[in-house]
Amino acid sequence: MANYEWPAADKRSLIGKRISRVDGPQKTTGRAKYTYDQNPRGMLYGKIVRSPHAHAKIVSIDTSAAEKHPGVKAVELMTEPGKEIFWAGDELVALAAVDETSAEDAARLVKIQYEVLPHFVSDAEPPADVPVGGPLSENEIRSMVTTLQVPVGQVVSRVQSDGITFTPKEEDLEQAKKNGMPDALIDAIRKAKVVPPGKGGTYKKVAAQTQGDPDKGFSESEVVSEGIYGSPVITHCCLESHGAMSEWPDPEHLFVHISTQNVSGIPGQMSEPLKMPATNIRVHQDHVGGGFGSKFSVDSWGIVSAKLSKKAGGKPVKIMLDRRAELEVAGARPSAYARVKVGAKKDGTLVAWEHSGWGTGGVGGGGAPPLPYIVNVPNQKKQHTAISNNIGSARAWRAPNHPQAAVITMGALEDLAAKLNMDPVDFFLKNIELTSPRAKIYAEEIRKGDELIGWKKNWRPRGESPGPVKRGLGMSIHTWGGRGHNSECDFTINPDGSVSVKLGSQDLGTGTRTCIQMVAADSLGVPFDAVKVELGDTQYPPSGGSGGSTTIGGVSSSTRRGAIDALNQLFAKVAPALNAKPEELEAVNGTVRVASDTKRSLPWKQACAKLGAMPVTARGVNKSGMTPDLTNSGVGGVQMADVSVDTETGIVKVNKMVAVQDCGLVIDLKTAESQVYGALIMGIAYSLYEEKIMDEQTGRMLNANMEFYRLTGIGDFGELVVHMMTGPGYDERGVIGLAEPPTVSPGAAISNAVANAIGVRVPFLPLTPDRVLAALEGKEARRAAL
Amino acid sequence: MGDEEGRGRRRRSGVSRRDFLKIGGIAASVPLVTPKFVRAAGADVPVHGPGKTPVSLTINGKAYKADLEPRVTLLDALRNNFDLTGAKRVCDRGTCGACTVILDGKAVYSCSVLAISAQGHQITTVEGLGDPERMHPVQKAFWDNDAQQCGFCTPGFVVATKAFLDRNPNPTPEQVRKGICGNLCRCGTYVGVRAAALQAAGEGGRRNG
Amino acid sequence: MRPFEFASAKTKAQAVGLLGTSFDQAEVLAGGSDLLALMKDDVVHPKRLVSIQGITELREVKPSEAGLTIGALRTLDELAHDQEIARRYPALAWALGEAASPQIRNVATLGGNLCQRPRCWYFRGGHGLLAKGPSGESLVIKGDNRYHAILGNQGPAYFVSPSTIAPVLTAYGAKVRIHGPKGDREVTVEKFYRAPQSDTEREHDLQPNEIVTEVVIPKASGTQAAAYEVRQKEAFDWPFATACAVLKMSGGRVESARIVLGHVAPVPWVSEMAARSIRGKSVTAETAAAAGQAAVESAIALSRNKFKIQLARVAVARALLEASKATAAA
Repeated sequence: MANYEWPAADKRSLIGKRISRVDGPQKTTGRAKYTYDQNPRGMLYGKIVRSPHAHAKIVSIDTSAAEKHPGVKAVELMTEPGKEIFWAGDELVALAAVDETSAEDAARLVKIQYEVLPHFVSDAEPPADVPVGGPLSENEIRSMVTTLQVPVGQVVSRVQSDGITFTPKEEDLEQAKKNGMPDALIDAIRKAKVVPPGKGGTYKKVAAQTQGDPDKGFSESEVVSEGIYGSPVITHCCLESHGAMSEWPDPEHLFVHISTQNVSGIPGQMSEPLKMPATNIRVHQDHVGGGFGSKFSVDSWGIVSAKLSKKAGGKPVKIMLDRRAELEVAGARPSAYARVKVGAKKDGTLVAWEHSGWGTGGVGGGGAPPLPYIVNVPNQKKQHTAISNNIGSARAWRAPNHPQAAVITMGALEDLAAKLNMDPVDFFLKNIELTSPRAKIYAEEIRKGDELIGWKKNWRPRGESPGPVKRGLGMSIHTWGGRGHNSECDFTINPDGSVSVKLGSQDLGTGTRTCIQMVAADSLGVPFDAVKVELGDTQYPPSGGSGGSTTIGGVSSSTRRGAIDALNQLFAKVAPALNAKPEELEAVNGTVRVASDTKRSLPWKQACAKLGAMPVTARGVNKSGMTPDLTNSGVGGVQMADVSVDTETGIVKVNKMVAVQDCGLVIDLKTAESQVYGALIMGIAYSLYEEKIMDEQTGRMLNANMEFYRLTGIGDFGELVVHMMTGPGYDERGVIGLAEPPTVSPGAAISNAVANAIGVRVPFLPLTPDRVLAALEGKEARRAAL
Repeated sequence: MGDEEGRGRRRRSGVSRRDFLKIGGIAASVPLVTPKFVRAAGADVPVHGPGKTPVSLTINGKAYKADLEPRVTLLDALRNNFDLTGAKRVCDRGTCGACTVILDGKAVYSCSVLAISAQGHQITTVEGLGDPERMHPVQKAFWDNDAQQCGFCTPGFVVATKAFLDRNPNPTPEQVRKGICGNLCRCGTYVGVRAAALQAAGEGGRRNG
Repeated sequence: MRPFEFASAKTKAQAVGLLGTSFDQAEVLAGGSDLLALMKDDVVHPKRLVSIQGITELREVKPSEAGLTIGALRTLDELAHDQEIARRYPALAWALGEAASPQIRNVATLGGNLCQRPRCWYFRGGHGLLAKGPSGESLVIKGDNRYHAILGNQGPAYFVSPSTIAPVLTAYGAKVRIHGPKGDREVTVEKFYRAPQSDTEREHDLQPNEIVTEVVIPKASGTQAAAYEVRQKEAFDWPFATACAVLKMSGGRVESARIVLGHVAPVPWVSEMAARSIRGKSVTAETAAAAGQAAVESAIALSRNKFKIQLARVAVARALLEASKATAAA
């Protein structure tokens, strides 16, 4: 029986160490080639004509002038007369030309007539009298079942009476069934009437859900705090915009370079729209310039690049979105707001929670965040209204729904702690059992965070910081799953001693390549550089999409299993030479040797030479239910922020942030820490700057550029401290994903720190001067009224 | 293989065989307009375009030639005509820094400079600083300090940092924060960039280029 | 970008000869940072660009007894490091060093900085300088005006003047020298800017066939000056409000003051009220705050930008306090 278990701490020479990323030299020297950098001979440049209207019906499309424009090689319609457009920037026509300027000029010649329809781009609080009901989107059904925990019977009757906004696919329903969706609901979805998106009304309200006895809970509460909290729609703003380059080496075969988080999943998405077998589609990607959850789909532009290429005789056609389109249509994080009431005993014991929330993810409404987040208050009453509006559709954004949930929950709890005159650290520790099953981890992490930021030394009650520039501390906790996805790799040991791992995964900059190489080398006892990792191609075994922080668990497990199996094949060939049985051998320090008699050994190269002419290849597989389980799910993290607020200007500065994070067994400590630093910095951006600003008059995004869609700059924060919880108690859990969880808490921690500094809650992110000054003014007005 | 051949040729002639074919192919579809002359203040001033006009650039010490419309930016010429794709197109409006190159010793946004205006200047791109086998100290420092994740902003940061260190060989951490403020990163690699700039300063980050 | 033709002028006269009688015919290309962005967004679409980079005489800095004459093609970076400017006009040196980013300062010229177009997102979105909707109504008034004007905002212009340098030059009483078909003319920086009354007008006093050639700053010996910018980000971010104060002090009191605000009005906003408020007083937290209050006495908030009134108030107060502590200029 092969021993796949992760090596014990004393047997790891690479795993858990700080290793510089293997593709670093390619990236720092500008040699790393992204999809955007593809530039083969004869390549045509694609350009998309987009709707300037947020809601319109297409009356006519005339591409004749564009087709005649010099240099234009192909034109494709992406919609047709009679079709309705639900957001500005939606794709209408694509064309390909010999250079960018010709494509741009030709795009200007496309004539489209619209019947402009009324649009709605706001996500302001819905009116109180919105009736419960309306057809449901996929997201809404999912969040009703999972995060809102609406009884299945209610969801079923809602689907039966109000219908759904999507056409269910049988394979999706099968998958949902596997994921545990009850048969009754699946059956209801199958039979439901389909109401097209945008036709179901603006507001869809879910009937209030309860847990315990909220009315009794509030009547028993000695202190009740009420507030309003939320985060707006933000974008992904990947620096490499979405896009693809397609070419047809012959009329039957398609070759696609695409900027994606999902290499192995792309052919399956292309086969139906292109009416061709997925097996004839090869997808390749060496590097991807950011995804953050927005790059799982081939997208309409990926499909149309293939169609244009076909029309142009198979020549490569590259379409990359420009920045405006990237921000307007290629992904958004749904907004989430809530009015919250939360009650506790005088000693801080949490008793009751009530919220009424709302938010939008575009025309499809959008999901509800899991509230209350992590802290399972005994008595709860909750309600959510999804707003369907005319903005570009939501996509998964790093830890979907969690950052929004943290802002609402942790904000409400900090306000309550302030009303109780309690230090939030004491308040959290008082209620730590409500964070079960990770109560012990959170308690340890809170204590570590306290130590690293000097919480107990520096924390003051609300608003007691002296001077016009107020300083404050805030904290938040978060969780995430992160179990490894399905992954397969081909693990090859060659007779010359070289080793390769090939898999259809992708490295988003998280260090995936580096981690695979570390696992492979450590499993064989060979140096890091002895292994070559090849990924990013559908010619390699399929490996899951990089979402949900599932990649590291998936690829490290498949690599480990492939390595052990390949090694065992090698042992079988080497054993006779060492006068031993294969199972008596081990591979350590560049040798293959007899474990009980280490003098009987062969250097790695000589051992591999025993393979003769043929290499050995093993297929490493990770899927759920395998034993031993090398991956795991469920992490906890705590973050604390130290901010300064200039109360005369409302400007917030982050002086210091501390992130304490567990993620089971860390493979590469260096790139793991980078993930957390990056999450903090991205978190500072959405806390202080980011907001998709929509204009109700024009229906357009006003800040679809990088000038007014602000990101954190190098000077916009002070010190960041990252502490990974590793060692006994953590390592033996196996490998768990990390990229998403540390993105969850910054908004809540920074918002809480600001409230602590200035003595009043700024309800909504981002914490811009207008919002901060308005909150301060409200505080003054209340004080004056007393 | 074609790629390798192209690179080899470019070293000798400045423009690869591949680029020549590319330019030739495009020129065939849009007629090349030679400069016309406009009388202004008693002189005949050449007026180029709006069609393609010959443009010669000096990039990383080598001569590159292409027929370009005046509206083509330096960034697009580098990427589309000369296959120097280290400089990235991200915002294309002079806000993100991903397209940073060095022009006569100073960092500039190549998306905001016309290729036709860049003639007669010394242009250094990230490719001109070093290669994976012989990294420039700034590039090495970015690697050592993991000042990269997805890596799309990284070449721009490397070039901006090089230009910054050329003028501020011994910067304070404060000067680093101010001096490399013209570049944006979405993954959040600034902690690494700060450390990389200080390390490269210590190791003589001004070397070559 | 739409196609255009490109010509490079070697002299001022050539530049004028190559320009046209409308901005649609030709635009002046100096550093290009703003112009190329405007063209990519199809906000302006000239048929010809006239590069003035080859006019070497526009690169000179000439100190004189009367003050300093700066060629319009000097880059912000060169000027930010200019010792004469640092000695004579420290508030200007500071503002130059804070402008945009190193990459922009390396190419952006002083003339280009003064002629850059407003950042109003309706203007940049193709709705015209006055940001009018289909029936001629102002998109700004009913729309998102968080960054728009709080002073001089009776309409029809609601954008804010974007240069962070212009208010400083205005406070120093600088003039712009312009070359056109009729030769040279001079106008104060203050008068160079104007709030357009129709969509055919621009926000500055420059004809399509004229170029800015020099900026002339009068002597400011003995003045104490400072500029302050309220920005959310540490660097490379448009301010919400700026203020520059140039003071003549006598016996610890303000003898005379020029106080100019930026990013609050369609033009650099000279506040006589603030100057009057501080005159004859020593600068303290209280008198500075009172001057800040005086500066925004006539401010009118649009639907979303009330906060800018507070920020303008603070900018003036802080600029005054810093100016009062500044060393006297050479």
